[in-house]
Amino acid sequence: MGKERVAIVGIGQTKHQSTNDGSIAGVVRTAARRALGDAGMTWSDIDAVVIGKAPDFFEGVMMPELYLADALGAVGKPMFRVHTAGSVGGSTAIVASDLIASGIHERVLTVAFEKQSESEAMWALSVSMPFQPPMHAGAGGYFAPHIRSYMARSGAPDHIGILVALKDRLNALKNPYAHLHEEGITFDSVKDSMMLWDPIRYSETCPSSDGACAMVLTNEAGGDAAAAAGRAPAWVKGTALRSEPTMFAGRDQVNPQGGQDCAADVFAQAGITDPLREIDVVEMYVPFSWFEPMWLENLGFAPIGEGWRYVEDGVTQMTGELPVNCSGGVLSSNPIGASGMLRFAEAAMQVRGQAGEHQIDGARTALGHAYGGGSQFFAMWVVGADKP
Amino acid sequence: MSDVTLPASLQGVEPVKSIRTPARLDYVYTAGRASSRFLHNVANKRLVGQRCPVCHKVYVPPRGSCPTDGVPTEEDVELAHTGTVTSFCVVNVAFMGTLMEIPYVGALILLDGSDIPIMHLIQEVPYDQVHSGMRVEAVWVPDDEIGPTLESIRHFRPNGEPDASFESYKDNA
Repeated sequence: MGKERVAIVGIGQTKHQSTNDGSIAGVVRTAARRALGDAGMTWSDIDAVVIGKAPDFFEGVMMPELYLADALGAVGKPMFRVHTAGSVGGSTAIVASDLIASGIHERVLTVAFEKQSESEAMWALSVSMPFQPPMHAGAGGYFAPHIRSYMARSGAPDHIGILVALKDRLNALKNPYAHLHEEGITFDSVKDSMMLWDPIRYSETCPSSDGACAMVLTNEAGGDAAAAAGRAPAWVKGTALRSEPTMFAGRDQVNPQGGQDCAADVFAQAGITDPLREIDVVEMYVPFSWFEPMWLENLGFAPIGEGWRYVEDGVTQMTGELPVNCSGGVLSSNPIGASGMLRFAEAAMQVRGQAGEHQIDGARTALGHAYGGGSQFFAMWVVGADKP
Repeated sequence: MSDVTLPASLQGVEPVKSIRTPARLDYVYTAGRASSRFLHNVANKRLVGQRCPVCHKVYVPPRGSCPTDGVPTEEDVELAHTGTVTSFCVVNVAFMGTLMEIPYVGALILLDGSDIPIMHLIQEVPYDQVHSGMRVEAVWVPDDEIGPTLESIRHFRPNGEPDASFESYKDNA
């Protein structure tokens, strides 16, 4: 964090869905216009644009930021592209925040997107590696053994993943922008859904979505102006990024060091010593249901081996002590590149009191969390209703 | 666009909203020194990892340097063709490019004498009997098909030994 305070004064997102008749440019522009509208600004108010998405080969458009400059009003302005796999939406927001904290810019538009209807992410994540046997199992095939290890280490019963999936999909019914609105979902319908990558069931898996998210970030003067105009800003109280190699001997992929360090750093910046008590609401990157208890432990909300008990006891329900993914989370909408920024934006929406039906009353402090790659990239921010 | 009048031949035709354009890229891949040596050993039916001089962890396949200590790994370590399943996934998803019949088991296998698991297939056992701690052995392709690739190991199969204790592989679970 630099010397300037950073405020989130505008937030926009598209309705996430499996197919979108618009172009990539149309999708990002829609989110950006909504964020500008929310901020009471126009394109000319923006100093710079920071954009992120998951790897280019998903849609097969190399460096799409170049052709999106027009759609995002960035012609003649600085434009930055961020790459950190699935965590990219979070990292992108942090780069935008840093540009303001460092005093380089006053008003930055940040955008993240994915258009899975124009891509084959499943295929792209299952490329044959030279000299390796053809395993081809997608992201689920990569993460399933880690989930199985978590279950073995913690003794968590099989139904924990089902409870998380059910909670997130029911929360999504309160979020008009969520991709999946499964009115009839039940514990049994999740339990009886196909076992795709044992132990991961179909209904414990994120969907493939088209969508974008955008935010307008400003310096302290901009945040004060928004507050004076009756548009409460969210204030950035801490940001942190960490990464670690995909493979090294003794690497703990259930509880990665990078995630632990990232959480410790962001909480220290925000002056938080007891996250479970001091954080009011969390938007956590949970693409497969079992990652909720795993990340509860990794982030320090629950003791090691106890995260699943929090799920079972309802702690992470909207009515619980630590509501997690009131928006429905990644399990209900997964425009991959945007998914991390949605976590950051939804956290800010909570402390601004603009989350509508999935608002947690009185939320003052929220955590936005994203991870990516082989659980190797981490991005987090803590935002608050009060100026730090 | 709404004020455009389509020619009669196009009226009532379903608009084209997307087309499928498969893309393909072919690469010449240079394995590098450490991988080349490992793969040449595989072609001779040997599994040779490398030990880090600082943390003493044995890497297989060796990458030529230790990702933790950032130093070259120069000491070769001959490994057994047996190992322990540390975790696994039963894959029920078939999709483009998949060569495997589903369900199949992809497993993390910690070769005896090494400190990092490799991903490989478990076969010759019903998929629902695969479990963590299971002891397995490599099944090689016939000698005249062996080459410098891990595909020279067709799969792993149970070797009949009693399960390894969780303690013995917990650092890799």
